[in-house]
Amino acid sequence: MSSTVPAASGFWKRNQQRLAPWLFLAPGIIMFSIYVIIPIFQSIWISFYDWDGLGPKTWIGAANYVELLDDEAFYTSLKNNILWLVLYLLAVPAGLAVALFLNQTVAGIRLYKSLFFFPFVISQVVVGLIFTWFYAPDFGLLSALIKTLTGQNIAILADERYVTLGIIAAGLWPQIAYCMILYLTGLNNINPEQVEAARMDGARGWSLLWHIILPQLGPATFIAIVVTVIGALRSFDLVSIMTDGGPYGSSRVLSFYMYEQALSEYGYRMGYGAAIAVVLFMIMMVFITLFIVRMLMRERHA
Amino acid sequence: MFPTPVQKAAPWVRHAYTIILPIALTLWLLPLIGVAITSVRPSADLAAGNYFGMPSRFAGIENYTAVFRDSPIGWYILNSFKVTIPTVIGAVGLACLSGFALAVYKFRANLLIFFLFVAGNFIPFQILMVPVRDMTLRAGLYDSISGLVLFHIAFQTGFCTLFMRNFITSLPFALIESARVEGVSEWRIFRYIVLPLMRPAIAALSVLVFTFIWNDYFWATVLVQGQHAMPVTAGLYSLNGQWIAAWHLVSAGSIVAAMPPVLMFFLMQKHFIAGLTLGATKG
Repeated sequence: MSSTVPAASGFWKRNQQRLAPWLFLAPGIIMFSIYVIIPIFQSIWISFYDWDGLGPKTWIGAANYVELLDDEAFYTSLKNNILWLVLYLLAVPAGLAVALFLNQTVAGIRLYKSLFFFPFVISQVVVGLIFTWFYAPDFGLLSALIKTLTGQNIAILADERYVTLGIIAAGLWPQIAYCMILYLTGLNNINPEQVEAARMDGARGWSLLWHIILPQLGPATFIAIVVTVIGALRSFDLVSIMTDGGPYGSSRVLSFYMYEQALSEYGYRMGYGAAIAVVLFMIMMVFITLFIVRMLMRERHA
Repeated sequence: MFPTPVQKAAPWVRHAYTIILPIALTLWLLPLIGVAITSVRPSADLAAGNYFGMPSRFAGIENYTAVFRDSPIGWYILNSFKVTIPTVIGAVGLACLSGFALAVYKFRANLLIFFLFVAGNFIPFQILMVPVRDMTLRAGLYDSISGLVLFHIAFQTGFCTLFMRNFITSLPFALIESARVEGVSEWRIFRYIVLPLMRPAIAALSVLVFTFIWNDYFWATVLVQGQHAMPVTAGLYSLNGQWIAAWHLVSAGSIVAAMPPVLMFFLMQKHFIAGLTLGATKG
């Protein structure tokens, strides 16, 4: 017995370099696999079943997906997701504009920067409530403004034409703040000599921004686009808080529709919900793959 | 510096800038300012249609007292802390270990595992919802603080590992090399050489994860049902249903719910922003 201990420690000494990373990784990998990696496959699996979440599962093959093809609510959600994606991307140039506006060194500018960043720190639940109130017909500040300008009383969140736009506008508020902070940091890291040299050559304003500054902001732009796209596709909180998908389901997005199908009073259709989630996941994977490919290229360079 | 510093610009530009700055900020924060003012408005003002004028009197104390006295918001806040603090400790702790492993060792699966963490961090929550809820139910953790904490720790490990790994790769590797030559064990290298250097990263990550978890709403609705484990985000939404048209209370409740992450941000601003952008410049 006594001889095994030094032998074991000898084995440990010899293989430490090889074993150590796995020991360090084990807790993280185990947790991440249980809660993230394995459930992805389980969801794909469940999407082929008819299941209420409690009773036995019935294998129905692709029937959930076939049903999706004829589901008007699914198309509404998909269309809204695309709208989210397109309009949400406005946060990137808007964030750049705010960052350029604030990139000065005057008294108190640090406080200004952090106050501009404020909306990002607040929960989307609170943002949703704030904007619901802002939009409220009769007395909401924005409704009042629209009424003074156009003479019409528009209930933004109760109007199928405007509801999704209204929710996206609320979402843009924190998202612009986020992009702004990314760009402020990017602007901080810009090579001042290059800027000076370009100025000597007579570049100014737009051309300086376009040819000298923006290329240097590449990494910030890239990450801003990534987080904005992911944020747009993930949008759930605001829809749930502000309209609960209404009126008549017109503000649903895929993530919300999935939740509604799987976990609400409309019935516990776990399989159908899982199928919607799989579609959303596939869309997201396109962007995640692009992100990973780019990271891989950077790693190779490093 | 870009754009040109206003100090170098014409005097009128400089003056215009100092005037526009506060106006822009006010417009930007208008929804928030509205809520802050409403939270100190007496309910009689709302009944009389005074939504946006000056409050007829300061009713902040009674509104905020009412929120705490007549609703379980204090309890929800306590729940949020009970969820958030263990999650921060757990996720940051796990990420220190796995980030160290991915940054310091060369092995075949290294990049693969790293990208698994990164990709997992970006997936839509809905793809996890059904299995995670089912698993939590079967483990008897549904509707409990620990059920939420375990999920959050696991999920945040993805982002935190990305962050820690990038941070550690920027540390001087020679330090580790020379320790190895001296025969220092791998664990002691981690514990006594790398971990002390990670302090700023740990601070940055803790503030970020605190904010993320505090503000989580989706998982709070999926994994929790009753009041006893409900965090303040989900709690606030359910209160909103009860306080129909009591906008002074909704506003006060919103401010209360938003306070902890806001305080955290202002106290740890430097770390917070470093945290948000560290992944960015490296990504």
